[in-house]
Amino acid sequence: MDLTTLLQLLDATVRSAMPLLLACLAGLYSEKAGIFDIGLEGKMLTAAFMSAAVASISGSAWIGLGAGVGASLLLSGIHGLASITFRGNQLISGVAINFLASGITVLMAEAWFAEGGRTPSLSGAARFSQITLPFAEALRDVPVLGPVYADLISGHTILVYVGFALVPLTWWVLFRTRFGLRLRAVGENPAAVDTAGVSVVGMRYAAVAICAVLCGIAGAQLATAEPAAGFTKDMTAGRGYIALAALIFAKWRPWYALYACLLFGFLQALETRPDVVENLIGIKVQSQLLSALPYIMTVIILAGFIGKAIPPRAGGEPYVKER
Amino acid sequence: MEKMPRWADVILIPLISLLLAAIVSALVIAAIGESPMNALRIMVDGAMGSKYAWGYTLYYATNFIFTGLAAALAFHAKLFNIGGDGQAALGGLGVALVCLYIPWPHWSLAILGSIAGSALFGAAWALIPAYLQAKRGSHIVITTMMFNFMAAALLNYLLVNVLKPVGVMEPATGNFPEPTNLPNFYEMLAPLGIEFSRGAPANVSFLVAIAACVGVWALIWRTRLGYQLRALGHSEDGAKYAGINPTRIIIITMTLSGALAGMMALNNVMGEAERLVLNATEGAGFIGIAVALMGRSHPFGIFLAAILFGALYQGGAILSQDTTVPVQLILVIQALVILFTGALDNMVRMPLERIFLALHRAPKAAPTPVKAGK
Repeated sequence: MDLTTLLQLLDATVRSAMPLLLACLAGLYSEKAGIFDIGLEGKMLTAAFMSAAVASISGSAWIGLGAGVGASLLLSGIHGLASITFRGNQLISGVAINFLASGITVLMAEAWFAEGGRTPSLSGAARFSQITLPFAEALRDVPVLGPVYADLISGHTILVYVGFALVPLTWWVLFRTRFGLRLRAVGENPAAVDTAGVSVVGMRYAAVAICAVLCGIAGAQLATAEPAAGFTKDMTAGRGYIALAALIFAKWRPWYALYACLLFGFLQALETRPDVVENLIGIKVQSQLLSALPYIMTVIILAGFIGKAIPPRAGGEPYVKER
Repeated sequence: MEKMPRWADVILIPLISLLLAAIVSALVIAAIGESPMNALRIMVDGAMGSKYAWGYTLYYATNFIFTGLAAALAFHAKLFNIGGDGQAALGGLGVALVCLYIPWPHWSLAILGSIAGSALFGAAWALIPAYLQAKRGSHIVITTMMFNFMAAALLNYLLVNVLKPVGVMEPATGNFPEPTNLPNFYEMLAPLGIEFSRGAPANVSFLVAIAACVGVWALIWRTRLGYQLRALGHSEDGAKYAGINPTRIIIITMTLSGALAGMMALNNVMGEAERLVLNATEGAGFIGIAVALMGRSHPFGIFLAAILFGALYQGGAILSQDTTVPVQLILVIQALVILFTGALDNMVRMPLERIFLALHRAPKAAPTPVKAGK
């Protein structure tokens, strides 16, 4: 495999990994606070639609991003209401949100644009354009490092760089700030946090809101960041579930989430290049196997054969204050 | 003391939840520029207005009874089997293999073979998540969800590369042989002198679904196993103390649940398509969750809820044909039903409990001073 092919593959890896990474970090905040969220998929999908729809109307990708985040926050609000305030089943609420999203996006797309469940294709300022980092073209002729810098590191949208920056930021927030300590404590032992005079309900709503913002960015990245050009029906295509798998694969840790998402993104990139796989290992690998691989790997991790994945202890449990 | 009379829990709360879901759905329909009353009329007429309509409604209902029972049985043991869709897909594979590779003389024998095949394959697909939950403590929701995607990939592979007849482009098996084709309602009712619609897909597996309802009812409330799985659902510690082996019950419950989901294939694969196509379940496994929630995990409730959802699916399809409302409206209504009857249950329940408590106290206000004298 030559350098150009490798760079193409890695570039595609970064692009497919980014929505996964954003959704995975979103899930991390929520689950660390004890709220299971299988509605990542639905939030991402709704945000993808709203960001593309508003971007196409307003002509600004940034206003679109705001609308996407807003829509995601609304769904998170429903999830919070059901699972925090009314102490309902978090999994059932997540299932409902995913159905709601896949239905309502098509309904709204039809009502607004009547183009068969898609938004008009975006161009110009209505989508996030790829940024060429300084000296990328000038350094292209430097052997190996030049193309790596020009093709792999440079030439992504602002959202991709934001996504990467969020990994250390998340680590810092969760493990080095008072807010993060409280958030993790709410997911492990909410009663203790309550005794310390911190509002469990408030912390959990905060976590769910952060989750919504990140899902919103993930959706906008899918629909409005180059080379994407608009929303199509069910465009998240299970990415929310893969992000959830990555979260377990990473055992609820930010840096490992990055590695897991890059790995799963790499598998997705390979799926589009069967010829590369065949050249590399000499046998033809079925694309279906590649697409199932993240799930198989997650089940193996879950089974505890390679280390143990221990979720936050109070995860999925509504908190009832003792009276 | 009971906070609420039983009828309020079983009938009133689901009805109020359903009403709330209906109101929000009406608002959604109005928001996309259609008259809710007109939409309701088209849907009711399309789902229940003729024998043909009923034939479709009951066809969908048959799918949902199987997947609803699967979800409900697991709910009773406090297991959330979100993998009904994958198990139903594998059930389809079982039916396809049984029908294609065994030369059946008559449908009545073929259906027995298919019941065994679909149940076995569905159960097998639930067995690994069940084992992992029982033995290794991996969360059943995540594992069954992963198994849904694996099932999709597996069937995609098998249909594209293995089961597809030579020289055909479409990823599907060949048609099942003639003797395995199940009689539909038209053929079943003709000897009784009733003329049913010829083209509707409802078939004899509807009766199997009703039998499954009775069977699940008897299993849950009339057998030792049913008692044990309900005990486990109420309290794992209590069940252990009573000498119940949780590992055994989890594995048995989940395999039975998977078998029920797999048996859905009798209807959609053997009864209707008469071959196995890609994505044959069309998400029916997930609708089972909604049906089980609405039916309060009771087989009779599931039967009613499945017919309601069958009508919703058929009515929604007709609505999208006759108006500009996309067929995805069904997904929205389904989501709202799950939300209000499942996740937001307490939103309805808490105020109702308060009302009933208040009503309960009012007549007893008089004797309190007597008690105070003690």
